[in-house]
Amino acid sequence: MALYIARRLLWTIVVVFCVIGISFAIFYLLPAGDPALRFAGKSPSPQLLAHVRHELGLDKPWYEQFGKFTWHFFRGDQFGWPGLGYTYAGGSSVKSLVFSRAPRTLLLILGAAILWLVVGVAIGVLSAIKRRSAVDRVAMGFALFGISTPVFWLGLMALYIFWAKLGWTAGTGYVSPVDSFTGFFSHMILPWCVLALLYAAFYARMTRNSLLETLGEDYIRTARAKGLPERTVILKHGLRASLTPIVTMFGMDVALLVGGAIITETVFNIQGLGYLAINSALQQDLPVVLGVVLITAVAVALANLIVDILYAFIDPRVRYA
Amino acid sequence: MSTDATPLLEVRDLTVRFPTPDGVVQAVSNVSYTLRRGETLGIVGESGSGKSVSNLAIMGLLNRSRTAISGEVLFEGRELLALPPEQIREIRGKDIAMIFQDPFASLHPMYRVGQQLAEAVLAHGDVGKQKAWERAVELLDQVGIPNAANRARDYPHQFSGGMRQRAMIAMALVHNPDVLIADEPTTALDVTVQAQILELIDQVKREFDIGVILVTHDLGVVAETANSVLVMYAGRIMEYGPAAQVFAQPQHPYAWGLLDSMPTIERRLEALVPIEGSPPSLIAPPSGCPFHPRCPYAFAPCPRDQPPLTAPVPEAHLDACHLPWERKLDYGSKRSVARMGDAA
Repeated sequence: MALYIARRLLWTIVVVFCVIGISFAIFYLLPAGDPALRFAGKSPSPQLLAHVRHELGLDKPWYEQFGKFTWHFFRGDQFGWPGLGYTYAGGSSVKSLVFSRAPRTLLLILGAAILWLVVGVAIGVLSAIKRRSAVDRVAMGFALFGISTPVFWLGLMALYIFWAKLGWTAGTGYVSPVDSFTGFFSHMILPWCVLALLYAAFYARMTRNSLLETLGEDYIRTARAKGLPERTVILKHGLRASLTPIVTMFGMDVALLVGGAIITETVFNIQGLGYLAINSALQQDLPVVLGVVLITAVAVALANLIVDILYAFIDPRVRYA
Repeated sequence: MSTDATPLLEVRDLTVRFPTPDGVVQAVSNVSYTLRRGETLGIVGESGSGKSVSNLAIMGLLNRSRTAISGEVLFEGRELLALPPEQIREIRGKDIAMIFQDPFASLHPMYRVGQQLAEAVLAHGDVGKQKAWERAVELLDQVGIPNAANRARDYPHQFSGGMRQRAMIAMALVHNPDVLIADEPTTALDVTVQAQILELIDQVKREFDIGVILVTHDLGVVAETANSVLVMYAGRIMEYGPAAQVFAQPQHPYAWGLLDSMPTIERRLEALVPIEGSPPSLIAPPSGCPFHPRCPYAFAPCPRDQPPLTAPVPEAHLDACHLPWERKLDYGSKRSVARMGDAA
């Protein structure tokens, strides 16, 4: 087990290095003009350009630039750890920008993930047990609706109904839970539900298919032959074996949302990481884009690591693979 | 060893139908037999002959909403088919236990072997986790798992095929069942291990004085361990009688075919005769005797009438065949002649 975890950890470090290398290549080396110009924001003065050039080490060979870039990322720069540089357009360190936005996105993902996992798996299990019944058809109809409904439309409809018409929830915007927890909750409940719906639909389908497949296995028949109650057969023996694909998807989905909940963040004006990324891209604020790319990529790599370790706990066969 | 007057398990006219979009699958038709304590009943037949399905029906393991089951299954006089699912669950794994063909797939890959046994202990009586685990270890030891206390903590993939089947047998024995149904217990195992598992089942039968139903397509397995033999074809019984009698004097051409296609020490390989053709469709089975399209002895009444399962003469065992008694006798005498010739 320890060996397995050590191997996965090593592999994660390799992946993070590759990500840094590729990001560096794209932002520093691609022959699309002077990188200093791209990093310095709009219409920089010659002094600023010279300063940027020196700061990024662009006057040095590429491997020194890369060394500096990597060193900063792992060991931090003058703005702290991780060193993500400075945005001349925004006039602040990228790190402070990312760190001010990250909690919003993480809290958005956390709430939505809990919702979609619980709802999705529950619906999937119900649907599998009551296969071809009315319950199954309604559930799968819900799944189809969830999967095919665009998030922006759903978000706007939710806002219109529950905020504008019924006044049950707060509207757009974000309130820190430190300032007011009820305000936070009231603002987040709609984005949570809207974001969760799409994923809940996917997870319901996946759980249903995975569980149905598992329930056809011989060891399920063994469990029944032992005289176990049907509830135990399905929830203990069936669901346990169906969890593997769900855990994989869950890790990937959560990680990708770190930089990818753009539409939800925009519709509800949450201004998290995705919102930061898209705005910076539109304003060609490359240091910020680079920072978000790095953070997101590392999040995906870490999520993969966690999923791999969870695997080993769920399925003992993995530990020896 | 006691042989009670009341049979342990009595199956009467068991019929199983699966409605499908293509038609009704007549999986099992009018199967009747009795099983006594200390008896091993061998059920023989090709794949799809209804051997496994009939047992799953007895265990209540067929999906009720997609199956039509009729007939009677009397376990110590209690009718099982009429029981509500909750009550048959209480009998399952306690009074009637089952082991399956593929021990690789029959154990849950994600739970420790000991856990799975302990779970079976707890399924019928809350004795506490510690006690259940101890019982699991004790049973693993009993079925010949070396170092059982440690191996109980292993996962199934750390067991060999033979050990897994031993673990399955241990699981079946948890509550000292009265009936053990073994559905092709040796098919997936190495030949050397097969003998050990059969020996173990036989030993269990003698020790616990239980009835064993041994389903197999391997006549050799039946010859070694069964007291009585039931030959099935297309969901029907073709021949049923005491094992010694069925092997010495088989009465049904299908049984002859099975015996001729089985290699023995005496018989040279080229003398093996396959049964021509393949098993019939169970959605539209042949008219009359289901075996007649493949039967070299078929004559006028065979495609017309379904032969009843009866004893052709009082001293014979049951068969379902139109052939006159003299013709049925032919095979047995020819066989003994051939055997003598081979031995010479």
